[in-house]
Amino acid sequence: MWYRSASFILDKNQNDGVLAKPESRLLSPTAPPPSMAETLPKISAYYQTRAAHHGVVTSDWLAQAQAAVGPSTEDAASEDSSSLKSADTGKAFSVIDEFNNWRKQPDLAEAVAAIRALASVIRSSEATTMMELEIELKKASDSLKSWDTTSISLTAGCDLFMRYVTRTSALEYEDFNSAKSRLLERAEKFGEISYKARRIIAMLSQDFIFDGCTILVHGFSRVVLEVLRTAAQSGKLFRVFCTEGRPDRTGLRLSNELAKLDIPVKLLIDSAVAYSMDEVDMVFVGADGVVESGGIINMMGTYQIALVAKSMNKPVYVAAESYKFARLYPLDQKDMVPALRPIDFGVPIPSKVEVETSARDYTPPQYLTLLFTDLGVLTPSVVSDELIQLYL
Amino acid sequence: MDARRVPRTVSDPKVRQVGFFTPGAPPDRSHSGPPHPASSSPPVADISPSGNSLSPVMIPPPRHLSAELPRGSHLPHAPLSPMRARDSIPVGSYNPSEFASPTASEFTEDALSPNWPVRRSNSGKFASSLPAGGFDMSSVKQNNFPASSLTTVSIVKMPPGITEKDGGAGVEVQKERNKVGSKPLKEKTTKAQRRALQEAQRAAKAAAKADGSETPAASSGVITSANANQLKASKASLQRKDSSPVAAPEKRSSDRAPDKDRKKDVPHPRMQFDDETRVEKAKKRSVVKQTEAKNRVELFRHLPQYEHGTRLADLESKLFQLDPVHPAVYKVGLRYLAGDISGGNARCIAMLQAFQESIKDYSTPPERALIRDLTTKINSYVSFMIECRPLSISMGNAIRFLKTRIAKLPLSLSESEAKAILLSDIDRFINEKIILADKVIVKHAVTKITDGDVLLTYGSSSAVELLLLHAHELGKKFRVVVVDSRPKLEGKLLLRRLVGKGISCTYTHINAVSYIMHEVTRVFLGASSVLSNGTVYSRVGTASVAMVAHQFRIPVLVCCEAYKFYERVQLDSICSNELGDPDAIAKIPGRNEINCLDDWPNSENLQLLNLIYDATPSDYVSMIITDYGMIPPTSVPVIVREYRREHLWT
Repeated sequence: MWYRSASFILDKNQNDGVLAKPESRLLSPTAPPPSMAETLPKISAYYQTRAAHHGVVTSDWLAQAQAAVGPSTEDAASEDSSSLKSADTGKAFSVIDEFNNWRKQPDLAEAVAAIRALASVIRSSEATTMMELEIELKKASDSLKSWDTTSISLTAGCDLFMRYVTRTSALEYEDFNSAKSRLLERAEKFGEISYKARRIIAMLSQDFIFDGCTILVHGFSRVVLEVLRTAAQSGKLFRVFCTEGRPDRTGLRLSNELAKLDIPVKLLIDSAVAYSMDEVDMVFVGADGVVESGGIINMMGTYQIALVAKSMNKPVYVAAESYKFARLYPLDQKDMVPALRPIDFGVPIPSKVEVETSARDYTPPQYLTLLFTDLGVLTPSVVSDELIQLYL
Repeated sequence: MDARRVPRTVSDPKVRQVGFFTPGAPPDRSHSGPPHPASSSPPVADISPSGNSLSPVMIPPPRHLSAELPRGSHLPHAPLSPMRARDSIPVGSYNPSEFASPTASEFTEDALSPNWPVRRSNSGKFASSLPAGGFDMSSVKQNNFPASSLTTVSIVKMPPGITEKDGGAGVEVQKERNKVGSKPLKEKTTKAQRRALQEAQRAAKAAAKADGSETPAASSGVITSANANQLKASKASLQRKDSSPVAAPEKRSSDRAPDKDRKKDVPHPRMQFDDETRVEKAKKRSVVKQTEAKNRVELFRHLPQYEHGTRLADLESKLFQLDPVHPAVYKVGLRYLAGDISGGNARCIAMLQAFQESIKDYSTPPERALIRDLTTKINSYVSFMIECRPLSISMGNAIRFLKTRIAKLPLSLSESEAKAILLSDIDRFINEKIILADKVIVKHAVTKITDGDVLLTYGSSSAVELLLLHAHELGKKFRVVVVDSRPKLEGKLLLRRLVGKGISCTYTHINAVSYIMHEVTRVFLGASSVLSNGTVYSRVGTASVAMVAHQFRIPVLVCCEAYKFYERVQLDSICSNELGDPDAIAKIPGRNEINCLDDWPNSENLQLLNLIYDATPSDYVSMIITDYGMIPPTSVPVIVREYRREHLWT
């Protein structure tokens, strides 16, 4: 779908070949997470995950999840790679499983889960040469990416991980083990950075929230929530307008969270954005992915809000971790891999009526004011610079 | 136009005054003077200032001499022929220089261009102060009007008083004279004569270096002779011809500048053609006979505007005289001139291959370093090519690449090794930066074509053509709208090739672009260059297409190889551009009833503008597809910054 350079195209083709091979298929049966084995195939897995994370999380589900996650992560983290090696035979170690384990932590972004899973791939690798290890890593990241092609941050996270981890002089170490440990170090570091990204962004954005301001938020973004929480905790006085966030009512969830923090919240239906825009001082949104043009792909309705904000000269701020930077360049709304999700209208819809089930839209960079990322506060055009520097 | 002109004219006076005092300046002015006869007067103004600023030396002498000459006598003498007027720009300028009296040039201007009040006033002042000088010039020019081009040459030599002074003045003056002499020679003399001159000049160069002292005397002698000639011939212009060639070689020998000059001047891609001194220098060197267009477009004075059509024949006739230019380079130059090779990539590849040929045949002269000598060689080739057709930016980048490669050659290498390295470097450049880059661009761009798309393209871009063919091969279902424009109608060739492959096409001219745009889903454009601010520099008309597409909210994708990126910034299409043959827009073959502009060069109030390129602001560009991927126009400087190194392989 996208390439970073001439050689990248070749990689891509190879990847396709790899994916078609049986061994990678071996991995896929394990893919569907246990909790959603029954999900419809046409629903974007990304939104399934989100639903799982953002839906009503019962305490027992959480406990269950923790129980499931705890041991394996502990293992992965603590166990010596040699012991893992001996334990795992051949293909028994599956990135997808690992990924799913990580993914079950509700606070962990999908991409971070993938990054952690990839790190554990290195750890448990039985490769004896650098080349082997790299190939193994590549396969793992490809299978992760193919597990959910609709998740931009997953794909971007995997790619960035590969870039960050493998583009190092470590590969030139003579000794394989030291090279591997160096690689692992980098992988852990990257995971750590990604994990901390939210905090960094929250800190960076504090300067932009002033007392008495009104913030419009759209959808449920953990980064935005973190930003608002940090602001509230530091004693800032502001109020928040939450859109309803149909169809999965993410706005309702966010308003719940905010109410818990004693932040004044007002709920709007999605179509009331323009109506209330004149009261708004800034728009804060998260992003599913930040694309190369500097625009963002985010939950359906973001584009609309950005347009309204632009026409009323309100700043639109995007909070997004840098692992969401994707080498995508949509030209328009249809120029994306569609992510679908069912919409419940509450009444039966005649079969002749077509329903737009796309879950997200693309907001071009000219409608965005600033991006808050863990790389700093960026204008949209810097995204491409960062991507070019990362990938080329 | 008018608005712009006025300020210029106003500014001129200052410059002129400066120039006025300095003897060197006058030649430039005279330059400006000649084009006049009618509409050309405004351009003159532009030229003159630059010239003035440059020429530093002599101040007062011309006056006395000039004063002596009675105006009236000169005026009646020689009428300028229209031919002369055309050629004249250089000639005229030269002449004045010889005269050394600035007033003269101004005078002529006044006489010629009544329209410009400001100038007139200035000229009037000058004239009053320096009556004699003014007289000479004016007389000459006026003479020129009716007379043939030949007269100009003679004129150059004429002023007797000046000659004496000049001798005193020294080297600078002489230089000017030399220029004058050389130029007139080129323009007016027959080929044989020119050839003789060239040879003489070459021979003279060496001599000139050796003895600087001689030169003044020689020049003065020449001048005197010239003056004599002029006096005699003032009425009969034709005779001068003969005299001029003779004089010129002598002068040349005397003041010939050393090679250094050549090196410095040659490759500068953005010579300002209203900068007289530089133009003159360049002319001295030029191999191709370039006749400046008669009615030059005012706004584009700083660009070379030559008569088209005459150069090719002229160059062809010199096939066997161009010893410094390698035959392969010569061939490519001819093809540029004839328009056989067009398109940034094709031209660049042709040029590089010609260089390869020349490097293959190259052998280092004794006592010379390959690195140095080859670089000068390449420089001379480049200047030859520039004369055939101004370099495209892509070619400039390729040349830069080649030169850095040459410069980076280790000194320890033997000649054959060095040549082999250079040859393979050039091959690599062609393959990686052009051919492979195009393939990568196609791979990227094809992802943006989906079934049911209607793609619009403008003109004929090799990258876009590859893209369309590739997408067709992949079985994508799409339709192509080829938008074309006069006078080149390059789109027709593209259309034929596309239709030949079975792609369904619509062909229209740019006039209909706003109509056709509403059914289009993507616009793919080629580019001659992409500048650092994201501005796309491309075939003229591209900006209009992009603008219309933007208005319709249709994505505009520009396919451009990264080697064409340019670190400069350009805000409009004026400051750097190329002007095509005005005849191409004046005439439409087969439509005699509307070909009423046949004699347009003789019409004073008509200037034809055939722009080749335009600049598309980055606002209208959605995406630039390069070999580094798809980037927004804002990221061009990033690519330039990050990869300049790599481009040059340093």
